[in-house]
Amino acid sequence: MGEETKFHILRDIIKVYLPEDLSVDAIVPTSNFLDELNINSAHLVDIVLDVEDAFDIQLENEDMDRMQTVNDALDIIAKKVQAKLT
Amino acid sequence: MNRRVVITGLGVCAPNGVGLFDFTNALRDGKSGIRFQSKLEELDFGCQVAAEPLVKDNILNNYFTPLQQRGLNATGIVYGVIAGVDAWLDAGLDKNTTNEPRWEHGVLFGTGILGVDKFRESIHLVDDKQVRRLGSTTVLQTMASGISAYLGGILGCGNQVTTNSSACTTGTEGVLMAYERIAAGKADIMLTGSCSDSGPYVWGGFDAMRVLPRTYNKTPSKASRPMSASAKGFVPGSGAGAMVLESMESAEKRGARIYAEVLGGEINCGGQRGEGSMTAPNCVAVQRCISNAIKNAGITSNDIDVINGHLTATSKDAVEIGNWSAALERKGFDFPYINSFKGTIGHCLAAAGSIECVGTVLQFKEGMIFGNVNCEDVHPEILDVISETRIPHKSMPLHPKIIAKASFGFGDVNACVIFKEFQ
Repeated sequence: MGEETKFHILRDIIKVYLPEDLSVDAIVPTSNFLDELNINSAHLVDIVLDVEDAFDIQLENEDMDRMQTVNDALDIIAKKVQAKLT
Repeated sequence: MNRRVVITGLGVCAPNGVGLFDFTNALRDGKSGIRFQSKLEELDFGCQVAAEPLVKDNILNNYFTPLQQRGLNATGIVYGVIAGVDAWLDAGLDKNTTNEPRWEHGVLFGTGILGVDKFRESIHLVDDKQVRRLGSTTVLQTMASGISAYLGGILGCGNQVTTNSSACTTGTEGVLMAYERIAAGKADIMLTGSCSDSGPYVWGGFDAMRVLPRTYNKTPSKASRPMSASAKGFVPGSGAGAMVLESMESAEKRGARIYAEVLGGEINCGGQRGEGSMTAPNCVAVQRCISNAIKNAGITSNDIDVINGHLTATSKDAVEIGNWSAALERKGFDFPYINSFKGTIGHCLAAAGSIECVGTVLQFKEGMIFGNVNCEDVHPEILDVISETRIPHKSMPLHPKIIAKASFGFGDVNACVIFKEFQ
């Protein structure tokens, strides 16, 4: 799975949780979930669960703690998917 | 301060009709919302009929965002939000789209138990050591006040937003609690109502108590028989009813349509003393509740044209009629007209009071008393007290001036509210 595909999957997950005044175009790799995308912090929990289901991986508490931006999430996903394959 | 309080909006999600139009027609025509439930058959319930609203998936988008619908597994919240938002819009109010809460608007929306299916889902995850997978809405969907929290957020209310709970009295109690808050000048507008979840996990306990009918599984529309000699227990139900209560002053200022006035009423408890218990009413308390309601409303018992009873279709119906008769000091042909909607909607438990209050108030608008079904064989002990002419079998035209509505519940709790036509 290429990086672009992973980003698109992640973007589709995130867009459900965006406030009404933000469009899907606001989601770029550098976006901060809470500060820029204005996602309710309670929903970060749901985004993590959706990511786990979509990529068949499991995120740990420390992964969640350092998942501040979309890039952070992509990085974690890449590592977990890689670990699964090896 | 004792301000006058009127009803300016109604909403309902009932087993025999979702929305005011369908519900009104169903009550007028005696259309049943009681159906055979294959799920209850699979689970070996004694009673395999129940009354639940038929909510089409495509209407959910009118009430919930796609995000709110994700993982939503609490039927009570679905019913309550439909009824609550409908009542709000029916009152000519809009959802608050500003960042400022509406400080004079509140929500008082009750339930017995909420999000039972969501809770079951969670229990399985927890037991499987998957607590981390519960998601962010498990708490919101299973806390009792979830329903008032959802509605308060959708509407943007800044006054009291809370949930009351008093078993099958909940909805009627809520009308009186909202009335009191407005009358006392603490709020201008209160959305009040109640909801009850569907499903075997809610209804099972009643089946175990053997208070549900077991001989009508093949004839569901005959199963609920208030005031009938062949009543065999109440049919479990679910749904939600809602009304917007408003100070007369606020309603007139807005030019709102007024369905009726709430004159007041009474809430009390039999203390589970005397003949009262956790499940049986103390008749002294029931009569006291009714007579105090009349006193508090500033009317006399002769002013009451119509009663909408609690009348669940158990052997206690005759006791209830006796209590009304004693409290009103009226009997025979002099007794008011009386009806029970439970013949078509079953006993919607925590939602019963609110759905039935909505139906009760609709009678003012329709100029009609909705008929009773399944009591062609009125219980002889009822006929010892009142004339059969007081129990309309079919809906009949009549412009009631004052209607009394009572609900009673486990815990020996009682509520009686007095509605008056508005001219």
